[in-house]
Amino acid sequence: MKIAVCVKQIPNPATPYELDPENHFVVRPEDQVLDDTDRYGVEMGLQLAEATEGEVVLVSMGPAGSLQGIRQALAMGADKAVVISDEALRGSGALVTARVLAAAIEAEGVDLVIAGTESTDGYAGVVPQMMAELLGMPALTFARRVEHDDGTIRIERQTSAGYDVVEATLPALVTVTSGAVEPRYPTFKGIMAAKQKPVDQPSCADLGVEGIGAAGSGQTIASVRPAPERAAGTKVQDEGEAHLEIIKLLDQAKAI
Amino acid sequence: MRIWVFAEEIDGAPTSLTLEMLTKARSLGDDIAAFLVGAGSAETLGTLGAHGATTVYHLDPGDALPSAGAAAALAELAETENPDLVMFGLQPTDRDVAGRLAGRMGVPVLSNAVDIVMTADSTSIINEILGGATLIETTFVGSGPHLVVVRPKSFAAEPGAGGDPNVIAVTVPDTGHSGSAMVVERHAEVSTGPRLEDAEVIVAGGRGMGSEEQFAGVEELAGLLSAAVGASRAVVDSGWVPYSLQVGQTGKTVKPNVYIALGISGAMQHLVGMKDSGTIIAVNKDEEAPIFGVADLGIIGDVHKVLPKLIEALKTR
Repeated sequence: MKIAVCVKQIPNPATPYELDPENHFVVRPEDQVLDDTDRYGVEMGLQLAEATEGEVVLVSMGPAGSLQGIRQALAMGADKAVVISDEALRGSGALVTARVLAAAIEAEGVDLVIAGTESTDGYAGVVPQMMAELLGMPALTFARRVEHDDGTIRIERQTSAGYDVVEATLPALVTVTSGAVEPRYPTFKGIMAAKQKPVDQPSCADLGVEGIGAAGSGQTIASVRPAPERAAGTKVQDEGEAHLEIIKLLDQAKAI
Repeated sequence: MRIWVFAEEIDGAPTSLTLEMLTKARSLGDDIAAFLVGAGSAETLGTLGAHGATTVYHLDPGDALPSAGAAAALAELAETENPDLVMFGLQPTDRDVAGRLAGRMGVPVLSNAVDIVMTADSTSIINEILGGATLIETTFVGSGPHLVVVRPKSFAAEPGAGGDPNVIAVTVPDTGHSGSAMVVERHAEVSTGPRLEDAEVIVAGGRGMGSEEQFAGVEELAGLLSAAVGASRAVVDSGWVPYSLQVGQTGKTVKPNVYIALGISGAMQHLVGMKDSGTIIAVNKDEEAPIFGVADLGIIGDVHKVLPKLIEALKTR
């Protein structure tokens, strides 16, 4: 089975990201990290590929930079990567992202597409579903468990009420939630091998995608402003009696 | 303005998020319809009407996963009825339908709206970044329908003066392989306490609780306060508690009267899900923990010392 796993390089989430004061786009440093939530999709893809003697292709859109984040996913065991890092994509919205990723996936010709439910930096949370529509695939979304049996994918899908068991035949797209599988840590061998693995960098023209960037995205950032701040609270160092402060406040809030 | 709201039904009643969106829709437009995917009980239809939907487009998907069919049906309706705005909630099925509809119609979706501003010639949404510290206003460019995904608890749900709606049955267009996914089992998760989304008091634990066994202290305090249990993503990823208890950007958005955060540092993705709570109490050993930035009462200390004393004191009251 040939599997495409969508991944994203993001600014290190441990440090608050910056917005370009002119266009309000996220400033993307040369070294970006693999979005932590993507490790679950990569792991899922690797397990399914291992079970079917298949292969895993990473597909990513965004400034390539040093490719540090992509190499992290390759080090886990993915076979190759396709990174669409086209300056003309700057300012693209979710639908343009989906069109670009879908075009790259179509060019690869895969049986299964795996993505996270949303990225940690942009979190529009609708790109995978858009891709499924463009690719003509069923979207088995919000999976907390995934099984494959002879061309049929079955997942446990998180819902507002609990979970459903949902199934479809390939080709299909699956989105996985964090915790769906236990992501492996790259081995030293994996890290060394990742440096040699192929990373294709097609342009949007190569993929035949037009109407990209901010102009093709049907939206514009009108303003950025600080949110009204919450009034500062009180901080108390626990000297053994701090629980009484909590009880006092719970009393005031009529919670007890 | 003609505004449609994607409506979801659980246990024979509309979800609170559906009613929040209908209430907001009434303040933005005068022609409100709901697009309901589900069985469509009499109670659901009546409640949607009472909250402002004069028309309910009703699609019963049966055992098909509804996303592709609902998106195709919505696209067909939108071509002839021309809604200005279609609102979806930040929920699994809503997101599936919004994404597919956008892909199908070639129109953008703006996500994570905490507010929507409409004038005669523009539609904008407000969303929050950096854990809610910064607000971004984004305006649609080009013709509609404008698709928006709304965060829960952004608007208060209040019934209006509406009566029973005009119900129009919608048939699912043939969507071929895209619409072939089937729901083969359904499981409702039963929790013993109040639902996280509706709870007046929430006790949430983070990685600072130490271990799955020690997380039981969070549950014990919640029991004493008739509170719901919540958790940070780190705890859910570690498998201590199910995903349904996760509070934050990728989990639930909550707005209880009291939120008690135990051993939660307050990563941006957590804060965005709980910062609008009434009273926030945090216990954390790290004085610099970002959770203290939103806490009304921040206890700098060892949760394993403070929590047992708190539980003991509450038991003797």
